[in-house]
Amino acid sequence: MFRAIWAWIQKFSSPKYFFEMSARLIPWFAIPAALVGAYGLYLGLFVAPTDYQQGESYRIIFIHVPAAWMSLFIYVVMAVSAAIGLIWQIRLADMIAAASAPIGASFTFLALVTGSLWGKPMWGTYWVWDARLTSELILLFLYFGYMALQSAIEDQRTADKASGLLAIVGVVNIPIIHYSVEWWNTLHQGATVAKLDKPSIDISMLIPLLLMALAFKLFYAAVVLVRARNEVLLRDRSRRWVRELIEKL
Amino acid sequence: MSGTEFNWSTFFAMGGYAVFVWTSYGLTAVILALNVILPLRQRKHIIRRVKRAVRREQLRAENKQVTL
Repeated sequence: MFRAIWAWIQKFSSPKYFFEMSARLIPWFAIPAALVGAYGLYLGLFVAPTDYQQGESYRIIFIHVPAAWMSLFIYVVMAVSAAIGLIWQIRLADMIAAASAPIGASFTFLALVTGSLWGKPMWGTYWVWDARLTSELILLFLYFGYMALQSAIEDQRTADKASGLLAIVGVVNIPIIHYSVEWWNTLHQGATVAKLDKPSIDISMLIPLLLMALAFKLFYAAVVLVRARNEVLLRDRSRRWVRELIEKL
Repeated sequence: MSGTEFNWSTFFAMGGYAVFVWTSYGLTAVILALNVILPLRQRKHIIRRVKRAVRREQLRAENKQVTL
C-alpha cells in the first residue's frame, strides 16, 4: 500500500510527466485569470461606490490587498515545496519553489508600492517603520535571499538545500505579518476581510476585491507553471528526453 | 462613481487621487506583464542554449572520428 502510494507520487512528480501535463494545464489557469480579472476591474473601478471616508483613493485596495495576500500565499507555497524537496528529495518540488520566488517577490514589491501610494494621501506619508510595513519589507528580502542563494551556488542540490532552509526558517515572518496589526500599534488599518465575524467592508467592495484576489491566484498558477517548465528544461538539459524535445521546439 | 451620469473625465480624475490610483494600477499592469514576458524570453534563451550545446557535442564527436 505504502509502496504503491510512493510509486504514484514518483510518477506524477517526475519532471518529464510534469512537463507534458503542465502544457495542457496552463490555459485553464491563464484564460480564467484574464476573465475574472477583467470583471473584477470593471466592478472595482466602475461599479463599486465611492468610499465616504477615503473618497476614490480607496480603489487602490482592489490591487493592494490581493497583492499582499499573494505575497504571503506564494511564500507559503514556496516554503512548503522547499520542505518537500528537502525531506523527500522530490526534485519537482524544488523546481516549484525556485519558480515561485521571483513571482512572490514581484507581488511583495507591488503590495509595498501600492500601499505606499495609498498611504501618502490617507496617512500623509509614503512610509512608516511600523510593524506591518517593516515585516512585509523583510518578506521581500527573504525572497531576494532565496533567489540570491539559488543563483550564487553552482551545484543545484546544494543551492536547493541552502535556499530551502532559508525559505523554511523565514516562515516565522508570515504570522508576524498577519497579526502585526493586532499585536502592535500601527498606522496600518486592521483586518477588514479575514475576520471571524462579519467583514467590515461593504459587499459591493468585497466582491471585486475577492474577484481580484482569485484572478491573482489563477495568474500565479499559470506563470508558476511556465517558470517551473523552464526549470525542468534547464536542470534536466543533459537528459536525453529534454534534448530530443528541444530539437523539436 | 458619484453622480448619476457617467463621465470619463471625472472617472480619470479619481476625485483628486488620480496620481495615486493610476500609478498603482499602471505599475500592476507592468509587473503582471513582466511576469509573463520574462519567463517566455527565458524559455527561448534556454532552448537556444541547449541546442547550441548539443551541436557542439556533435561536432566534437565528428572531429574525433576524423582524427581516429
